[in-house]
Amino acid sequence: MTCTMESTGAGGGATAAAPLLETRKLSVDFGGLHALDGLDFEVREGEIVSVIGPNGAGKTTLFNAITATVALSSGDIVFEGGSLLGLDPNKVTARGIARTFQNVRLFANMTVLENVMVSQHCRTRQHAFGALFCTPAFRREEAEIRERAEKILNFFGSRLVGYRFDQPAFTLSYANRRRLEIARAMATEPKLILLDEPVAGMNPVESAELTKLIGRLRDEWGFAIVVIEHHMDVVREVSDRVVVLDHGTKIAEGVYEEVSNDPLVIEAYLGHGNENS
Amino acid sequence: MTADEQPSEAAPGVTDAASGAAGAQAHEHETPQAPPRPLLAQDWRRLLRMGAVGATAQMFLALSNMPLRLDDRLLIKPILSFGYLSLLFVPFVVGNRVGHQIKREGIPTHAAGAHEVIGGAVAGAVAGAGVSLMALLLANFDLREPLVNWSPQLADLLAFGNSTGFAVFIWLLLGGLSGAAGGAMRLLRPRIRRVAVTMILTVGLISVMETLVTDLAEGMRFEWLTDRVYARRGGVNWNWALILAAVSGLVSVLARGRVRRTRERIASLEGASRNRANLGLIALTGALLVILPMFTGKLTNELLANVGLFVLLALGLNVVVGLAGILDLGYVAFFAVGSYTAAVLTAATSPRINPELPWFVALIFVVGITGLVGLFIGAPVIRMRGDYLAIVTLGFGEIIRLLFLSDWLSGWFGGSQGIVRIPGAGIFGLASVDGTDPRAVFYLVLAFCALTIYISWRLERSRLGRAWMAVREDETVAEAMGINTVNVKLMAFVVGAVLGSFSGAIFSAKVGSVFPNSFLILVSIVILVVVIFGGMGSIPGVIAGSAVLIGVLGGPRQPGLLAEFSEYKLLIYGALLIWMMLARPEGLIPSVRRSRELHQQEMAQDAWLREQLDEEANGGGSLRASAATS
Ligand SMILES: Nc1ncnc2c1ncn2[C@@H]1O[C@H](COP(=O)(O)OP(=O)(O)O)[C@@H](O)[C@H]1O
Ligand SMILES: [Mg+2]
Repeated sequence: MTCTMESTGAGGGATAAAPLLETRKLSVDFGGLHALDGLDFEVREGEIVSVIGPNGAGKTTLFNAITATVALSSGDIVFEGGSLLGLDPNKVTARGIARTFQNVRLFANMTVLENVMVSQHCRTRQHAFGALFCTPAFRREEAEIRERAEKILNFFGSRLVGYRFDQPAFTLSYANRRRLEIARAMATEPKLILLDEPVAGMNPVESAELTKLIGRLRDEWGFAIVVIEHHMDVVREVSDRVVVLDHGTKIAEGVYEEVSNDPLVIEAYLGHGNENS
Repeated sequence: MTADEQPSEAAPGVTDAASGAAGAQAHEHETPQAPPRPLLAQDWRRLLRMGAVGATAQMFLALSNMPLRLDDRLLIKPILSFGYLSLLFVPFVVGNRVGHQIKREGIPTHAAGAHEVIGGAVAGAVAGAGVSLMALLLANFDLREPLVNWSPQLADLLAFGNSTGFAVFIWLLLGGLSGAAGGAMRLLRPRIRRVAVTMILTVGLISVMETLVTDLAEGMRFEWLTDRVYARRGGVNWNWALILAAVSGLVSVLARGRVRRTRERIASLEGASRNRANLGLIALTGALLVILPMFTGKLTNELLANVGLFVLLALGLNVVVGLAGILDLGYVAFFAVGSYTAAVLTAATSPRINPELPWFVALIFVVGITGLVGLFIGAPVIRMRGDYLAIVTLGFGEIIRLLFLSDWLSGWFGGSQGIVRIPGAGIFGLASVDGTDPRAVFYLVLAFCALTIYISWRLERSRLGRAWMAVREDETVAEAMGINTVNVKLMAFVVGAVLGSFSGAIFSAKVGSVFPNSFLILVSIVILVVVIFGGMGSIPGVIAGSAVLIGVLGGPRQPGLLAEFSEYKLLIYGALLIWMMLARPEGLIPSVRRSRELHQQEMAQDAWLREQLDEEANGGGSLRASAATS
């Protein structure tokens, strides 16, 4: 508590507002491997931050740590001035952080619409009683859930609407699955969305389209966004700020042009062999 | 600008689908076929291998004593008993499987021809040789010591009362014929095959359902017909078997495709009319189930009540396993708690407390207490996943039974003596339902089945039901999407417990006594098999599963239509389950979710997309509008 107060005070002096999300000396160990090693990382409201780095740098682990899917070894994660330590993943989501997965993980046998509807779980409250007696409150909430889901899916243009509402998710094309994952994240009404390689496996046209979409996500819906991405054209296009990880530590940070010319970054990529771009 | 972009982006998808569709059609109509091969160019090794499998199966079946035990139960009067059928179906299946070709794209398959029959005959004869060998061994050795069913009667049965030499010869011949018939099934055109299968199934079904049909005939006064169809001591008379086969074949020819077309039409109905069709179907089934028992006798109603009780149990377990994906191997615990609670609250003879509440009042407590027990068992268990959870529920299922059996609690529940002389279920002073009136029990069960179906149907289509589905699909992701998986799973567990307690309360009133022995782990397993066999998550599937398994073969203690099979019930359960997992893992009547035809949907999807693109090219922007309205 005191810790939070101090940092807010210090941050308030330097920048106008406290960051939305802040990790402090964040470390995650797997056995002897330091996947994250004392990482300080922050995201401000309405900002789009790209996280880049060679394979195995710890980018996905950062997302897992923030969403409480792996245990921290040390450090702290502060979101909107409150620590996320010790929360279950679903509580983190309820606080306002949503994510997508690097290896797409949809509810494959549920329909497109259901995938989005079920993700509103923590924002809705009707339980068994309402469902059994079909109360007016239940019916109203069901209608709202459906309406919101359709609104979110309409955001993706013609991709996921109309006929596709009732398709099981497993019938979708690869690109559409990635879109649906984003839609699902939007449905949890987050303040911050974590996108793990959102354009992986897409063709250039689809990739360009999604890049625009990420910008619109911020502009129209007001989300702060963190993107892990290997495609440098996407990174250049979307990011306000770029953070470069290697071996679980931050080796560079700044706007795209700065970072891309940083000798340390070039070294990290060349040193590992640049297999990703 | 946008009009420019849209088609160019979507174009690959469309052309892809178009070529895919064309490819699929080509595949269907002109499967590449190799030139005809010489008659004896068989894959002999494969024939021998499959024949040997068949032979082993036959020897096993012969030694399980099934042929002897089931010889009395005739299928078709002098020709075929279930005993012989249990042996003869093996070469048939082997002969049919031999002709099976794995279809791979681009690899030509040969047309079905005389090979199928010859191959089937050879493999079938090899399988039949298993029985021949059995007959030889039976005649020359005495292995009665380890093999309890090694008997002269068996030898006699296999030889049809003749010499051993005859037995050897006849089984080679029968195996060959049966195998050839199995292979010949592949020669038939699909339509004719369907007719043949209908004929065989009709005769088989009418023979299996003998008790049911004769009972119904007595009630509805058409004994004159059944007296002729069925022989005096069981089985369909052979001449009537022919008549039945002819009639069903004729019906099948006349109805050709009509049934399927009607079903497709119903399936393609939209929204309100679809609902109306479904409601009509449900009302019809309901009416049939209400009217039918009025015409049937005690035995049949007893059977119906038993089936209903298992439907009720399976519907409850279906919520846990089918909807939420929690593998609960101790479901019988809630059945037991429900039964005992009802017994303690209603019976005057209950050892410790005996408030002798009316059944319906007691039911409120039963539901409450079982729900609490579900909560208490579930709370520690539910944090586990997958296999661990299954094992722990298995343990709790046994613990509950052992508690009821224990000396410690015998002051409450009577230990191994149980609680006896439980009064029937009074329905608001109207009637008392107990075991002496199985028809009333059936109606009671039916009412509770309707209630349970309503509950699971409502819950499945709610926020809670969607959360269950998400947990079943991927628990980690469900949690990351903000679902409190522990709470949601616990809820499924408790709902399952409450639904299970219904059948418990009815069971104690029906049987009039409860003993710890009624709640063996076997009951859990049988209910689970019913759910899996019928189709997880599918209400019609669960009902069909109980009807087939419990109705025909019988429950753990309840006889089914084929009461003679009770000894082999578990063997057949196992075989059916394995066959089901191989051939139709989604179950007898799968839930819509699991049976969606991927291919068809994709074609429709692409057609839709193309249409939209055309419209967009003409009108522009209509896509958004149509999306918003739909
Ligand atoms: N659950 C885990 N158990 C053990 N090691 C892990 C686990 N998750 C990630 N790692 C390791 O941590 C390192 C960082 O992985 P990750 O964050 O997935 O990298 P990336 O930056 O490519 O997303 C890798 O060496 C990986 O092998
Ligand atoms: Mg990664």
